[in-house]
Amino acid sequence: MIPQAAELPWFAALPVALLLLGGAGLTLIGSIGLLRLRSFYERVHAPTLATSYGMGCILIASMIFFSVLQTRLVIHEVVIGAFIVLTTPVTLMLVARAALHRDRLEKNATVPPSINQPAT
Amino acid sequence: MRKLLPHPLVSAALLLLWLVLDQTLAPGPVLIGSIIALIGGWTLAQLDPGRPRLRRPGVALRLAGQVLLDVARSNLAVARAILGRPKDRRAGFIRIPLALRDPRALAVLAAILTATPGSAWVEYDGEEGCLLLHVLDLGEEEEWMRLVKDRYEQPLMEIFA
Amino acid sequence: MTAMVLSWCLLLAQLMLALAMLCATWRVLRGPRAQDRVVGLDTLYVNAMLLLVTFGIRSGTQVYFEAALVIALLGFVSTAALAKFLMRGEVIE
Repeated sequence: MIPQAAELPWFAALPVALLLLGGAGLTLIGSIGLLRLRSFYERVHAPTLATSYGMGCILIASMIFFSVLQTRLVIHEVVIGAFIVLTTPVTLMLVARAALHRDRLEKNATVPPSINQPAT
Repeated sequence: MRKLLPHPLVSAALLLLWLVLDQTLAPGPVLIGSIIALIGGWTLAQLDPGRPRLRRPGVALRLAGQVLLDVARSNLAVARAILGRPKDRRAGFIRIPLALRDPRALAVLAAILTATPGSAWVEYDGEEGCLLLHVLDLGEEEEWMRLVKDRYEQPLMEIFA
Repeated sequence: MTAMVLSWCLLLAQLMLALAMLCATWRVLRGPRAQDRVVGLDTLYVNAMLLLVTFGIRSGTQVYFEAALVIALLGFVSTAALAKFLMRGEVIE
């Protein structure tokens, strides 16, 4: 039982509950993708499900919850959101490039050759 | 003014970040936040990344809305792809020639494409201007080309003109 | 009544996030290659951060927010360092 939940009016509690379920569901599906997708390059797509709308839903739920509860604007979750949105592409691109580099070093045939050195 | 605020947008963002973290508009935090914003702007000027020339805020706003919509659509598509049978889709790499050359615009394009669940930016070759993209559900390759070139590259070229 | 619904939804959301963390942990342990583990770790910390936010809602305090922010910051730095390591074999050149 949540201590303050009883003080929350239904028009705030309902969206919070739905957003929590939606966000957690998207995150879970993304992580299941980490298990189910078969190649590394397919698995790179999986975390973005959690870092885009999965995270967005949960952070908005938290914002609504605290804003209504404290009857003032509580939006510092935006900072987490902005930070994750800015950093996720960077990390995923770095990891993908590192993986491509390693696969090419090992002459893995499943990855396309470098543009500058056509396949010999 | 240029000396005091070399990067007004960055400074404004830093001040906003400080105030949101402090959750207040009291004079004390505003003062500290302003100092941090000024120092941040000067530091960035020292690093000298060059001043981006942003044009057409209307186009930028429309692009942002389009990206939000596309990411939502792609979320659903990828969720379906993960839960569905793997035989129903074909993942693969795709090469797209880009006319975009501005490094900042390319960074924005890379962020957009990677943040969209269905596609991931893998490699970019600066000399040829060729982009290597990995796509979870390939479908029609033509469609991906058109999506990247018309929907994202075109407005980005207008914004970073 | 709505309090009950909210409590149950919150519990369900937390269970789903915990399960998501388990999936990511499995990928970290299982591999098969180093880059798979790095992507698993990246997902793991994002999931942990979201779980902390839901804990904040459950307890009604904002203490968890700071923990979530720190995890988000450190997670980015560590993943970037690991990716660099994968590329070059050393973090600082």
